[in-house]
Amino acid sequence: MASEARTCAVTGFRVYRQTENLIKANAVAAVVFLLIGGIAAVVVLLTRWLGLFAPRTFYQFIALHGWSMLIFWIIFFEVAILYFAGSVMLNARLAGTRLAWGAFGLMAIGAAMVEAAILRSPLNHLSFQPYPPLRGTWDFYLGTDLFAVGALLAVAIFFATVYRARKEKASQGPLPLVVYGAFVTAVLAVATLLVGAMVFVPAFLWAVGLVPSLNPFVWKLVYWGYGHPSQQINLGATISVWYLLAFLTVGGTTPSEKISRFAFVLYLVAINLGSAHHLQTEPSGALSVGWKWINTGYLMHLAVLGSMIHAFAVPGSVEIGQRARGYDRGLFQWLARGPWRNPAFSSLVLSVALFGFLGGTTGVIAGTEQLNLKWHNTTAIMGHFHGVVVAGTTLAFMGLTYYVLPLIFRRRVVAPRLAAVQPWLFGIGVGLMVLAFLQLGVRFGLPRKQPDVFAFGRSPLAFRYPPEVFALLTVAGVGGLLALAGGALFVALVVGTVLGGRRLTDEELRREYAIPQPASNPGHARDVGVRGTFILCLIFAAFFLAMYVANYLNLARAWPIGH
Amino acid sequence: MAVAPERVYWHERVSRLERIWVALAVVMVVVFFSAMMLVWHAVGRQNTEGRAFRVTPAAYRAQVEAFARQYQVGEEAGRPVVEPPPGSDVYMYATRFAFYPILRLRAGERYTLHIASLDYLHGFSIAHPHQWNLQLYPGYEWVLPFTPTTPGVYNLACNEFCGLGHEFMLGKIVVVER
Ligand SMILES: [Cu+2]
Repeated sequence: MASEARTCAVTGFRVYRQTENLIKANAVAAVVFLLIGGIAAVVVLLTRWLGLFAPRTFYQFIALHGWSMLIFWIIFFEVAILYFAGSVMLNARLAGTRLAWGAFGLMAIGAAMVEAAILRSPLNHLSFQPYPPLRGTWDFYLGTDLFAVGALLAVAIFFATVYRARKEKASQGPLPLVVYGAFVTAVLAVATLLVGAMVFVPAFLWAVGLVPSLNPFVWKLVYWGYGHPSQQINLGATISVWYLLAFLTVGGTTPSEKISRFAFVLYLVAINLGSAHHLQTEPSGALSVGWKWINTGYLMHLAVLGSMIHAFAVPGSVEIGQRARGYDRGLFQWLARGPWRNPAFSSLVLSVALFGFLGGTTGVIAGTEQLNLKWHNTTAIMGHFHGVVVAGTTLAFMGLTYYVLPLIFRRRVVAPRLAAVQPWLFGIGVGLMVLAFLQLGVRFGLPRKQPDVFAFGRSPLAFRYPPEVFALLTVAGVGGLLALAGGALFVALVVGTVLGGRRLTDEELRREYAIPQPASNPGHARDVGVRGTFILCLIFAAFFLAMYVANYLNLARAWPIGH
Repeated sequence: MAVAPERVYWHERVSRLERIWVALAVVMVVVFFSAMMLVWHAVGRQNTEGRAFRVTPAAYRAQVEAFARQYQVGEEAGRPVVEPPPGSDVYMYATRFAFYPILRLRAGERYTLHIASLDYLHGFSIAHPHQWNLQLYPGYEWVLPFTPTTPGVYNLACNEFCGLGHEFMLGKIVVVER
């Protein structure tokens, strides 16, 4: 029994060896796909910016980029997080370790099949969203199905582990907030993956000829019942990681447990219904205006309210932790005197800021019924989701990795100076790229999924964009290169640490990664504890409102339609 | 372990500043943003209000071609240039990899646009100078009123991936002085 588990020197959690191995395997697989996705991004970026590669290559690599990053990198990492939250944080043995390896195998095989199908470049290239009647090969759909089954299994193992932890009283009292967030995320994942099966299983049957045709309208409608909530999984996971990082880096805990939990519950009830905001410019009549409004108005905004609450609670957690550590002067000493040399801390701050200002606001604006007329399928949408899943989710996961390496792999991160720079390189790069994409989309209407804005494949109707478009494409290109450099540096640091990082003893871990102890009971004096956050949030709200109104003013200048 | 709350958190008081923030968020997002969509239907001139009909691609294509023959005034890039009477119904289809036909319209007139895809999903984007974007499906005919306000050449682009060749799927609407 002695070798079956150890007690983490930093957190005091019981870490079972099997859990540890599974976390390692899933995290490594995640980073492998991050690398593949990053290589694909080079082709995509250089084509959009300079027209370097042929459209055919572009379509292929954009699919590769999308699947690698948005699905494989993120979901493998999320499975690692689920095992950490379920087993490590609750001090319980993982329920069904052999099954968990099976899940890992299914996900790996499925992912490899999808990537191979894309690289073989079948006749109908599929971009990231494979809308019928465009038809992929059978192995493409089978790969997605296998991957989803594996992911579903992993989620089931998480639930079973939480159940076991409670039954065996390994964990008592309320669930830690991070586990609570992971739990909500896991529930969303089950719903999402089942809806995913409703589109990808029929697509497979269609690809092998067992189903004669698919209704493209219904398929896309159901697809977004999967496509959007799958991003909500990322959101739930990202926010859980934020709370975890606030705790690990500065010992911060949420200003209000019940409000933060309520915000997670709002995701659970509202977000799947809100997925309709991907269907704003669909033929009305087929989807009535009232249906769009109810789904994307009140129902989506309940989920947005959840995010607004976290927008306060996460920085609030950092502020509370920092003030308890003694950085209590003025409004912002807590932020100025943060542990900036810790890459996990700068990842957390940048991820929250970029996600909030760039990713979050743009998501709400793009999801607003009429405003979507300007945004739909332009580069502004790319701006939005890179703000969310790259500047937000990916950066947060990178930040957490700087703890996974010492705590799980038990190795010291190599080149600490470079590690401290990495989140900035990545964050600033993505931020620049996102700003350029937003401008290009909303102001200039630049289409997404378009590899040749220079000559349009020599179409006789080709036209020329004004010079500002090419200037903005350069900004996006430079930002993208910075982000790629930051991503490459991250992969290099991870590989370097896993293979060559010095092994850490428990004593060193305790000394170097000690979690700052917050005041024993901040009690009800917490108003003082979050006043800097309150000011930051007011600035955020003013910015949000200004962007929202500016978008309506911009829309008002377009040709009247539907009037 | 401070990562888990030690007591039943449900009875814990919420700080005043957080309560203010939540109230502000409710008013801003749930009330104002949601209401704005409804308000814009009443006062705004850009909405997705229209009708949609099921059509067969062949029948719709015949309808558009008849329309193009009736009002053709020229030809460009192998496509008819069509000038329908001001304020009338105008028909267009999207197919791999073209928008058909090219329209000539009068500025300031309110037309009724009929648009459908004949084959795959396409995007109907009045891309440059940028106006707005619609999503098209095979089998669904969108019918929406619209008003081209300012004279000029407006370039259409497909912004939904529709296969190899998507990159040269363009179209045109020319708006002339009244
Ligand atoms: Cu097209």
